[in-house]
Amino acid sequence: MAMRQCAIYGKGGIGKSTTTQNLVSGLAELGKKVMIVGCDPKADSTRLILHAKAQDTIMHLAADAGSVEDLELEDVMQVGYAGVKCVESGGPEPGVGCAGRGVITAINFLEEEGAYDDELDFVFYDVLGDVVCGGFAMPIRENKAQEIYIVVSGEMMAMYAANNISKGIVKYASSGGVRLAGLICNSRNTDREDELIIELASKLGTQMIHFVPRDNAVQRAEIRRMTVIEYDPESKQADEYRALAKKIVDNDKFVVPTPVSMDELEDLLMEFGILEEEDESIVGKTAAEEAVA
Amino acid sequence: MSQTVDNIKPSYPLFGDEDYQANLALKQNSVEERPDQATLDETFAWTTTEEYQELNFARTALTINPAKACQPLGAVLCALGFEKTLPYVHGSQGCVAYFRTYFNRHFKEPVACVSDSMTEDAAVFGGQKNMFDGLENAKALYKPEMIAVSTTCMAEVIGDDLNAFIGNSKKEGHIPAEFPTPFAHTPSFVGSHTTGWDNMFEGVLRYFTLNEMEDKQAGTNGKINLVPGFETYLGNYRAMHRMMQEMGVGYSLLCDPNEVLDTPSDGEYRMYDGGTSIDEVKDAPNAIDTLLLQPWQLPKTKKFVQSTWQQPATAINIPMGLEWTDDFLMKVSELTGQEIPESLAKERGRLVDMMQDSHQWLHGKSFALYGDADFVMGLTKFLMELGAEPKHILCHHANKRWKKAMDKMLADSPFGQSAEVYVSKDLWHLRSLCFTDKPDFLIGNSYGKFIQRDTLKKGKEHEVPLIRIGFPIFDRHHLHRMTTLGYEGAMYMVTTLVNAVLERLDDETREMGVTDYGHDLVR
Repeated sequence: MAMRQCAIYGKGGIGKSTTTQNLVSGLAELGKKVMIVGCDPKADSTRLILHAKAQDTIMHLAADAGSVEDLELEDVMQVGYAGVKCVESGGPEPGVGCAGRGVITAINFLEEEGAYDDELDFVFYDVLGDVVCGGFAMPIRENKAQEIYIVVSGEMMAMYAANNISKGIVKYASSGGVRLAGLICNSRNTDREDELIIELASKLGTQMIHFVPRDNAVQRAEIRRMTVIEYDPESKQADEYRALAKKIVDNDKFVVPTPVSMDELEDLLMEFGILEEEDESIVGKTAAEEAVA
Repeated sequence: MSQTVDNIKPSYPLFGDEDYQANLALKQNSVEERPDQATLDETFAWTTTEEYQELNFARTALTINPAKACQPLGAVLCALGFEKTLPYVHGSQGCVAYFRTYFNRHFKEPVACVSDSMTEDAAVFGGQKNMFDGLENAKALYKPEMIAVSTTCMAEVIGDDLNAFIGNSKKEGHIPAEFPTPFAHTPSFVGSHTTGWDNMFEGVLRYFTLNEMEDKQAGTNGKINLVPGFETYLGNYRAMHRMMQEMGVGYSLLCDPNEVLDTPSDGEYRMYDGGTSIDEVKDAPNAIDTLLLQPWQLPKTKKFVQSTWQQPATAINIPMGLEWTDDFLMKVSELTGQEIPESLAKERGRLVDMMQDSHQWLHGKSFALYGDADFVMGLTKFLMELGAEPKHILCHHANKRWKKAMDKMLADSPFGQSAEVYVSKDLWHLRSLCFTDKPDFLIGNSYGKFIQRDTLKKGKEHEVPLIRIGFPIFDRHHLHRMTTLGYEGAMYMVTTLVNAVLERLDDETREMGVTDYGHDLVR
């Protein structure tokens, strides 16, 4: 089977790295050969697989060595739980430099060094927050990730972000083969969350591939820098990630998304009671003015 | 002032006039905070010492006078080698002005090359809109039949995706879908001009052949492909044509800007002239093999030729000097089954005769040299064939494998014993070496003239004269039309080298009644 490359996007803090690592360990359990490429200067995309605080990143090692050309593949790649290969692109401290370029440099390096060998079944790119610049779109350029999963929850900003990311995908889908492969709902226990995300998915022309319920087992495993499947394989949550992994293996619903307008999105949120109807009459009125009226 | 319309003087000697000198002195004394002469002399003397050299070589965060240029410069030269092709640089305008002037000053020719002039808004929103307008306008105005796209740092840092942008330009109808637009990402902060040439060339091969391989089979057209790499001696392109024609070999010189960079003054401006045709590129996978004339700078091309075209890309050395030209011609002969003709054998004999005639003057002379990896390696080899001794050998952009190969080659020759090879070092490093361990001569591009000036400042006996072979050569005319490859190139180089030695000897023996006992009429 040809290697499948998947990119995980979603609002910052939504749980992309946690979800990615947990689902990758599910894939590894199924016997799949997987590589994770962390595309976030925070470099926290592989810690649960490696039981490490933060892996040495390509950019960090390149800075130490003098240049990227001085690095070898074995310097930057580590193998963790169940044979999962791990790489972190790395990048600058907040407020300086260009993290997007770090992603480009890292992925070019991996290509040139032959990291994408034929043995691999899956490559997962865990990409920082929103796609803020061209560098963060590197994983979905031609001949890279063809499937995109968006991690989302029933919160307003997470859904805004999912819609925005879909707009980005449309740009790349029109010139290449990249497709939206589904929404992964990482539950925050909001009301009717599953229905809401299913509705959002259908508006975007895609599917909610899995609903991952909220469970403290995830946090307990994280404290130990482990995935749930490794820490407590018998737990219910482990089965949820296995289910997600299985669905991704079987997934064949790849679409060019149909992002919605702001108004449509707000209507949807209102329908589910997440957003209140706006009262135009109070806009720009001070407390004193309101008292008079 | 002293300038008059019927006697216009250039800066030299004009600035030597009394009023200019007074003016300059006033400026130095009043606003330049110029240290006193003793301090200047003392500091200069310190920069010529071993102590300073040690500090100089411990330098980590600064490059002074790099002996290399940036990727898109190479990409532009590569694009110029294809028929009716406009080099197009996606990114900022100033970079492209630099590429044009750089080539203008070297080739003394206009160089057509466009930029899509990204500005602040493009840096924020991405350069796709610039690409749309740029491709459409460039095609409408300059009527090329191919546009070869490369990038500057700016587009690379913000992560512009050429494949997507060019695809979208076609989808939106800015240029027709079938219009040829090979492209290459050429970030200036990675590699050098030779990396850019390799990237652009591979982009061209990729564009025309990657998805057209079904009906291709290596060996079926009976030809040999030659890939020049970043080559600025126009005579080298011509020498390749001539040698292959004399051998009666079917060949394609893939990338050949020798016409467009040497157009005649006959009243007609040629934006495009000559160059390798698209059909030749499309047919190239059918060749017997592809020989890379500058293999150290073409790793990406080699990989593509081997993996996609399924050709061996037989390893050769740059065909420079005697032995490596022999090797090259014998390899071509072996691959094609064509004999090496009498004309080339005779040419070889003439070269050997010249080498013997000049041997007494070149034997034991020591040289510092710098430039591109393959050129430096070829020249080192040739110097040793001449009995000369390479001393300081510097290549700014070469890697450790290259250094290893150089060290091996030098160790195997009695003439290479005193040589030291430096990679990732600049001309300020070389300046130190020329002071502390003086070579007889320095070989390189025009930038070496500052090393000659500085060494002369220390005293005539410390001066290291520069012999101009390399790129760029801005301060001598027409040398870019010469040849450095093949027997013909070796003839040019031995002529240049021996005459530089004799020139210097005359210089030193010209003093009447003092040294002119050696000021011989016959050398």
